[in-house]
Amino acid sequence: MATLSAQGWGWQFAARPAPALKNISFDITQGERVLLLGASGVGKSTLLRAVAGVLGEDEGTASGGLTLDGNTPESCRGTVGLVLQDPENQVILERVGDDVAFGCENLGIDREEIWHRVDEALGLVGLDVPLTRSTSALSGGQKQRLALAGVLAMKPGIIALDEPTANLDPAGAIALKHAVTQVADATGATIVMVEHRVDLWWDFATRIIVLGPNGVLWDGAPSALPEETASVLESAGVWLPHKQIHSSTHHVGSTVLLSAQNLQVGYPGSPMVSKEVNIHVRAGEILAITGPNGAGKTALALTLGGLIPTQSGAVIAASELQGSASGITPLKWRSRELLSRIGSVFQAPEQQFIAATVREELAAGPKALKLPSVEVKKRVAELLERLHLTELADAHPFTLSGGQQRRLSVGTALATKPQLLILDEPTFGQDAVTWTEMVSLLSELRAEGCGIVAITHDADFVAAVADTVLELGGEK
Amino acid sequence: MHATSVNKYRWRTVDIVVASVIGVASGIIFWAWGLAYGPLSAALSATPGLTALLGGGWLFAAVLGGLIVRKPGAAIYTELIAATVSALIGSQWGFGTLMSGLIQGLGAELVFALFLYANWNVFTAVLAGAGAGVAMSINDLVVWYPGVDAGFQTVYVICGVISGAILGGLVPWFIMRGLARAGALSRFAAGRQN
Amino acid sequence: MTTISPLAKLCASGILGVVLLLSLDPVSAMVALLFELALLPWAGVPARRLLRILIPLLIAAPFAGLATLLYGRGVGEVLVVLGPWEITSGEAELALAITLRVLAVALPAVVLFATTDPTDLADGLAQLWKLPARFVIGALAAIRMLGLMRQDWHMLRLARRARGVADGGGPIAALVRLGNQALALLTIAVRRGSLLATAMEARAFDAPVTRTWAREAKFTARDGWFVCGAAVIAIIAVMMAVMTGAWNFVIS
Repeated sequence: MATLSAQGWGWQFAARPAPALKNISFDITQGERVLLLGASGVGKSTLLRAVAGVLGEDEGTASGGLTLDGNTPESCRGTVGLVLQDPENQVILERVGDDVAFGCENLGIDREEIWHRVDEALGLVGLDVPLTRSTSALSGGQKQRLALAGVLAMKPGIIALDEPTANLDPAGAIALKHAVTQVADATGATIVMVEHRVDLWWDFATRIIVLGPNGVLWDGAPSALPEETASVLESAGVWLPHKQIHSSTHHVGSTVLLSAQNLQVGYPGSPMVSKEVNIHVRAGEILAITGPNGAGKTALALTLGGLIPTQSGAVIAASELQGSASGITPLKWRSRELLSRIGSVFQAPEQQFIAATVREELAAGPKALKLPSVEVKKRVAELLERLHLTELADAHPFTLSGGQQRRLSVGTALATKPQLLILDEPTFGQDAVTWTEMVSLLSELRAEGCGIVAITHDADFVAAVADTVLELGGEK
Repeated sequence: MHATSVNKYRWRTVDIVVASVIGVASGIIFWAWGLAYGPLSAALSATPGLTALLGGGWLFAAVLGGLIVRKPGAAIYTELIAATVSALIGSQWGFGTLMSGLIQGLGAELVFALFLYANWNVFTAVLAGAGAGVAMSINDLVVWYPGVDAGFQTVYVICGVISGAILGGLVPWFIMRGLARAGALSRFAAGRQN
Repeated sequence: MTTISPLAKLCASGILGVVLLLSLDPVSAMVALLFELALLPWAGVPARRLLRILIPLLIAAPFAGLATLLYGRGVGEVLVVLGPWEITSGEAELALAITLRVLAVALPAVVLFATTDPTDLADGLAQLWKLPARFVIGALAAIRMLGLMRQDWHMLRLARRARGVADGGGPIAALVRLGNQALALLTIAVRRGSLLATAMEARAFDAPVTRTWAREAKFTARDGWFVCGAAVIAIIAVMMAVMTGAWNFVIS
């Protein structure tokens, strides 16, 4: 039974000019369910890591105190469990049972007791798979529940979760919420959570702590959140529930740019193949593609983008799109021909970065097209302006935040003025401010005559911006 | 904040995992280099001993691991993991690879040790790479090329040192700087210098 | 084969590997290779998978002998002249010996490890051979990432095609692109590693508590016999080589 207490706590990372957090004070008692809110970058993740005792001493200096029942978090590892945001980078071992048992092994628990706890933990989170199942074969949502089970097996008094649903589809997010609720009810553990999309957890939380640059802005029950604080939060990008998303008017596209009949997609060498679909992508129209995980949405994006071959059927470019390229299938086009016709934006922006600064990144496409350097400079300046990336022009793309990286990624596709834009999960992990910016950017592009295909889980995004929706049914 | 004296030579979890990751990634490159070695060495073996110039391709893991982790044993550990992974994927030299890995890593490690694990600039990197190159040359001459004449031996050692210094020392230095600029080394001292 | 202790498999391939490397002659390599091929059906690996993991080896092995074939010290009578290269009988023998040895040494290693689960091997190394647990587990976690790295590499290649930089420029440009792609992969991998380290510490890794093990690593009599079997093969191979006079000790 642990009481988490902060007394004017602050943290400054080594080699950074300003503290990440300062003056944080609160007392959290056993069994509370706390939602930590605040603008992006205010230090919520840092606080969670400190609470879990994984913030290295070598990484920076602390001020004030942070205690668990009077002890420092580092000295009682295992009392706080931490579930991180990325499902992939929390899996430690290859088999499900072994991964859940990992925490118990580290705590020196007896072998028999370990397996007992593993069964209990997996049952509690609702992960009904054999212990020998490969962890790589689990879906994102299942991996997050696996991480939760691994934490649970340590029987922690406090469970900290850092944006656990950020990388999950709606079904996975709901399943995780279910699991967390069940866990909290069954074990009485304290829950401390950071989340962007708050509507899912609003009814779950018993307390909200709002962090600001100079300390705790507000602390109390969700229902008591005052108007002023709510609007400060909203303008800082925090999603609050009951926010109105107005649907835009539907646009009808003009000429068909790309079409596919009886198309089936899948990854080369993989036996999984999607259901058949017929697609027409028109200029000046936004087509949203939705569907559950595993239905092949990313494979579809890659196939339409001319990057992987179809499993059956063909993707045909209209003459308007083809222009002077060789052939009517984008797959056969040279890389440079693809560049000015179809822009592809991947789900993971980091995979697409090829330069060492934001400026060079934006210039890479135009340079590959051998445009005159005056034109290149002009386009880069325009894009930096449009995407609010001017101050970051000389930063390394990998050092940008998630939202900034995604904007940069879209920018690099736009730099070559393609007629068709294909985006895979453009609103993933965006806060309210960058979400709105992305929506208006895409609307502008549509008005300029661009054809847009967006793979998305985001129902609000679909309502705000999509003209046509294609539902890709799930398959086994 | 409580002041526990952290032994600065003790490996943290992140040191172990990142050194292992670098070792694994290097091991894949070692294996690919080994495949290319066949045709490449055939071209070079016109001049006796020149094939040692290719040796650096198997040495960079040691100095790269050392430059990033900066703790005793980093060079040996990373090189050994890389050698193991490349042997597992199916290198043609089988177990000899493991032994080579150990000796080559030792060559780099000794240089870092001579500098008391306190110096991590580009010159140390090049020297350590050269050290690994010397170790590689000696190991190869004893195990794989017994009975060659003195001329071959001299050329081999010289080429090994050059290859080690450049491919095994300078190149890892640039890789480390590239990683640092990309913000991947924020938990390491390497990510915080200038 | 999957039930034999990974440590036993390690010892077995180690014994064969070291012993066979002591001599460069076709007889010891051939004998060992014949034994290994004869025992292959018992490895429990389906034929198709077996072929897939052996093919890279089968391709690489002749290359090892090729260099000697073309550039070895000319001994014995000249067999054939191909352009600037003179191939003598001595060289041919040596090249054959090298190729056979490569196969004989690498075959057991490759096959045995295809049937080993890395976690089980790690358990064995840490529990029975008392290697430091933190390092063994850290390495194990990194090895699991091999699969992820393969996926990342694939996506990196596709991304470069989409960015317009995948083709053109000749071999030097292609090499530079490959280098960039490799650096990108390394960057992504190192970041994954740092995140994983945090996740591991969040599960109390490296806590000042003596670690226990959920799976017990065992070394049974059967495993002992397995290792002996490998030793026997090695001894027979050596004996045959000595008896036929082909034994050629490497350090002479």
